[in-house]
Amino acid sequence: MNSSKKLFLDESAITALLEEMVLALHSRMSMQGIKDPVMIGIHTGGVWLARRLHKMLNVRDQLGTLEITFYRDDFTRIARNPQVHPSNLPFSVDDRHILLVDDVLQTGRTIRAAMNEIFDYGRPASILLLSLVERGCRELPIQPHVVGIRPPLKPNQHIKLTGPEPLALEIEERRAEDAA
Amino acid sequence: MSHRDIQLDKDGRLRHFLTIEGLKQPILKQILDASDFFAEVGERPIKKVPSLKGKLVTNLFFENSTRTRTTFELAAKRLSADVLNFNVAVSATSKGETLLDTLRNLEAMHSDIFVVRHNDSGAAHFIANNAAPHVKVINAGDGRHAHPTQAMLDMYTIRHFKGADFTGLRVAIVGDVLHSRVARSQIQALNTLGVSEVRVIGPKTLIPAAARSLGVHVYHNIDEGIREVDVVIMLRLQKERMSSALLPSEQEYFQLFGLTEKRLRLTDPKAIVMHPGPINRGVEMASAVADGPRSVILKQVTFGIAVRMAVMSIIMGAAPNA
Repeated sequence: MNSSKKLFLDESAITALLEEMVLALHSRMSMQGIKDPVMIGIHTGGVWLARRLHKMLNVRDQLGTLEITFYRDDFTRIARNPQVHPSNLPFSVDDRHILLVDDVLQTGRTIRAAMNEIFDYGRPASILLLSLVERGCRELPIQPHVVGIRPPLKPNQHIKLTGPEPLALEIEERRAEDAA
Repeated sequence: MSHRDIQLDKDGRLRHFLTIEGLKQPILKQILDASDFFAEVGERPIKKVPSLKGKLVTNLFFENSTRTRTTFELAAKRLSADVLNFNVAVSATSKGETLLDTLRNLEAMHSDIFVVRHNDSGAAHFIANNAAPHVKVINAGDGRHAHPTQAMLDMYTIRHFKGADFTGLRVAIVGDVLHSRVARSQIQALNTLGVSEVRVIGPKTLIPAAARSLGVHVYHNIDEGIREVDVVIMLRLQKERMSSALLPSEQEYFQLFGLTEKRLRLTDPKAIVMHPGPINRGVEMASAVADGPRSVILKQVTFGIAVRMAVMSIIMGAAPNA
């Protein structure tokens, strides 16, 4: 495939974004009267970010992690070779406020899958969605509550979090004929 | 066509699961990792994922096996698939035609996965070679040839109790290795995962002459064979072998090869005891061992569901036949 990769944000820029997200989240939580939430990261990039945010926010319960591969709505439509981790929610989700963390919000399908999976564990009181990057192309009515950055991206540009140490955001540009 | 060609799609993904033979370590590890995910699903309040919603899994059993069929059925249901159980009485005279006719009928019902159990070696391969392109086939035991999902649930059990690194392990397989498709698949899986020492233990009449060429150490004395092993896998003894002059009486077999608490003391102190079930108590092993603290036999049953969910999910992620 013809493509070029370039660094968009480095570790320190991402750390600064995460700090801003924590501030925004605090005001969001106090507005909604949320105390003592639990946090869940979506594999793989969302887990890397959630580990940082979990520490910065001093969340009491251990971090939860979610593998959504087998909840994807296109699971049997696209040939894939899933390399998966087990999901791990070390708390009951019943009546808890959940902070759900992902790296890039685009179509919304990953979040739909994640919510379906969370509801197989129980009935949470609420879910707040945190995403480091938000870009267009939404295909479902799903919106984030707290976002790190909304970069102006062309349809042939693909943004990807690499990590876990150090974290970086890369933009990959695909030539028009490949993007189609 | 070699086994490997038919089992993998053009990008090397697992498309049918017919035998361990020819599969490389990354595929076996992919199955074990996915099994980790599904083992956790089995602990949830809702033990179900939607990945195979709307798909039809047909259990095509030409040989009776209630428990294997049941675990495949439960695995398919936990993946949200629909399940059809088709028990076929074997007709010795017109096997080939019957099999193909049966296949066409089941394809007409839009089956996506065939789980095949047959007393002829090669039956699952035959079906994989003749099924419609979109159909995936899992071998649930064919003749003396292979039982790959049993082998993988045994590997998963070993990994669960002994850690992800198989290389330093000593594993003993005890019993009728000659007639056992389970043992054949286990040996291939253990070798592929890099186990340093696989031993087979049994009377001369029940160990294949070519056993050493499989890369195993052969013992005819269990007290020597199980010394310091980390894992003891007991094979089921088919009752019909007893009357076929290959074996002495059950009592004598138990005296010579049965696993007792006394013999278990010869193994590594943390060794686990496995058995594919159903157990013949007092023939392959003493009840005190089967129910004892080192036995992981019931864990094998639980893990069997997760491993079969993993295999079904992975093959449904592969491309159709070219």
